[in-house]
Amino acid sequence: MISAHFITVEADDSHSLNVLVDGMHCPSCVAVIEGALKKNAAITIARLNLSTKRLRIVWNGAVGLGDDWIALINAMGYRAMPFDPATAETAEKKDEKFLLRCLAVAGFASGNLMLFSVPLWSSDMAEMGNATRTLFHWVQAMIAIPAAVYCGIPFYRSAWKALRGFKTNMDVPISVAVILATLMSLFETITRGTHSYFDSVVMLLFFLLIGRYLEARARGRARSAAHDLLQMMTGFSTVLRTDGTRETIPLSEITEGMTLLVAAGEKIGADGVVLLGSSDIDTSLITGETMPCAVSVGAALFAGTINIAAPITMRVTKAGERSLLSEIITLMESAEQAQAKYVTIADKISGWYTPAVHALAAATFAGWMIWGHTEWQVALLYAATVLIITCPCALGLAVPVVQVLASGKLMRSGILLKSGSALERLATITHAVFDKTGTLTLGKPELLHKGTYAAVDFQLAASLAAQSKHPLSQAICAAYVGPLLPLVVHEVQGCGLETEGVKLGKRSWATNLPDDGENIMELWLAVDGKAPARFTFADQLRADATAIITRLQAAGITTLLLSGDREEITRETAINTGLNQYEGALSPVQKTEKIAALKASGAQVLMVGDGLNDAPSLASATISMSPASAMDITQNAADIVFQGDKLQPVLTAWATAKFSQTLVKQNFALAILYNVIAIPLAVAGMVTPLIAAIAMSSSSLLVIGNAMRLNAMKEAK
Amino acid sequence: MTILVYLIPIALTLGLAGLVAFFWAMRNEQFDDLDGAAHRVLRDDEDEL
Repeated sequence: MISAHFITVEADDSHSLNVLVDGMHCPSCVAVIEGALKKNAAITIARLNLSTKRLRIVWNGAVGLGDDWIALINAMGYRAMPFDPATAETAEKKDEKFLLRCLAVAGFASGNLMLFSVPLWSSDMAEMGNATRTLFHWVQAMIAIPAAVYCGIPFYRSAWKALRGFKTNMDVPISVAVILATLMSLFETITRGTHSYFDSVVMLLFFLLIGRYLEARARGRARSAAHDLLQMMTGFSTVLRTDGTRETIPLSEITEGMTLLVAAGEKIGADGVVLLGSSDIDTSLITGETMPCAVSVGAALFAGTINIAAPITMRVTKAGERSLLSEIITLMESAEQAQAKYVTIADKISGWYTPAVHALAAATFAGWMIWGHTEWQVALLYAATVLIITCPCALGLAVPVVQVLASGKLMRSGILLKSGSALERLATITHAVFDKTGTLTLGKPELLHKGTYAAVDFQLAASLAAQSKHPLSQAICAAYVGPLLPLVVHEVQGCGLETEGVKLGKRSWATNLPDDGENIMELWLAVDGKAPARFTFADQLRADATAIITRLQAAGITTLLLSGDREEITRETAINTGLNQYEGALSPVQKTEKIAALKASGAQVLMVGDGLNDAPSLASATISMSPASAMDITQNAADIVFQGDKLQPVLTAWATAKFSQTLVKQNFALAILYNVIAIPLAVAGMVTPLIAAIAMSSSSLLVIGNAMRLNAMKEAK
Repeated sequence: MTILVYLIPIALTLGLAGLVAFFWAMRNEQFDDLDGAAHRVLRDDEDEL
């Protein structure tokens, strides 16, 4: 029923379903999920793509089985959401594939052109003969012209778009040079001339496409953010009608005032209030907090959170577009659009580079016509060589090559860069904003004072806790080493665990002690006739949090803590880590506003966060980082994702970004220096195809060599 | 130099064959899940036992 909308009937009457699987942490999860599905005889194909987290299931038999497969995956602890593959194939994905195809064609063409260029360069007229040379030129034309037409499309398109808006970008001089050089070489070939620049044209496109493709791939991973988030909103909910009948309807058909029945383990479909029953709600999606929160009659519920304990009845107050989750999505999308307006250093340079180069080419043409008294064809040839030689090959490689090397280096230390301009933006930061739970802390409660508990109590508590999924129970089990007692345990929702004469749970439930108002995570173990024992927990700070924050402050970066958690807990964390400023009890919207206000005052903000509540702030910050333990969606919203239990990656990434920017600037300087040498030669009409090819390759190699220095960079301490 | 009449087409055909093979692989989704395939090879196929 739930997945019926997404099931398609295959040619051989079998059914297929596409599912997005959230919560995979390692490659063996693929084996576990596929293995579990394949045990079922009805399933013929179950294939999970590790990169895209998309699972395709094909089976023989009833349509309704689709629900069973999803339930099966959910029961294993993953979150499965059916989706429509047609809507998943985005325009960006198609563009990326097209770039790869262009790259393949350019690679093939430039390789084959070299086959003819080397003999042309290495022999003179007497050796080769006019006829052979013209034959070679014609063969080159046959390879190069289709290649230039096809592989140049990404550049022509972008240049045309810029020109139509009366703007210019790096693609304008590239397109003009490619078109002019191709036409001029064709003219030379037809007139049996000596020089053709076909090889330079295609080589240029090949080099530039490499950079372009790598950039597109990094961007593509970041783009799926909003899309995956929307998948959270698909699904179904059970409605209780006024006449007492129940009905399952899609989430999109829920309206205000409806009464919904939410079973244990089900997702809450809309914002609302509890009418009947009490339960624990996993709000990690909205608040990023690990502890489930207890709700009872009258409490507010939010779409996207999960009811984990007992069935409840709720009334819808805000449906669909107006729910908090939708609000977060809207915020994120608008923030991402604003981010796209960021002007990269390459675009800034091309702003003055393009007019300068074109003016120079025009001057060359005019100069040769007026003072050189040459034929117009020759003057045009010299003007075109100016364009080819100044063609921003080194300039075009200056940024991507540093980005690719830096991202490779960072990836080896567990830091994943997802956006092309991430390093550039990271190098400019003046403020660093941190989230608390899961970012500065590990996001998991840990048992405190391990050695101080009586062995009998500890064993008993661990034996009870072993049968619960509650984070505090799991913390006890994780800390306990030794044999467990076989117990029949009963879980009391929102209170704790119980077995004959023993209770483990909340203070008010397990003991008669009054609430001392202390703000600490605790569990009480009460055995009949004995004084209750107390277990305390804390969400531990990442081991190096204080050190890293001190280092950032020493580098002149203002550090802030913005948390959705209570004011006093936030203050404590801020004091412990030495953060300059803090603010607690913030909603996702308020967090985003704080960051927007900082940016409006001229600050460049780094946001480090992990909860879905952080997703809009991540997207609206200048640059964002998120730990790999964060939700998939949050990771998607972040520009940089880092692994491990330490905060060191924040410093490493920042230091690498700083160094990369130095290298980028040096590369631009090198590229401009090359132009200063090559342009006078071209203006003087002294450049031959061999010189053009050597100049282009050597300047590119120089730029790449300089970028390689990144690998020698030492780890930031 | 008449050998060029054979060699040039042969060289170009070989290059083209490579290009076509690459496009075929792309269309057949050979590059869609590079990480997954790398781990898949390490896994025992249970149902064959």
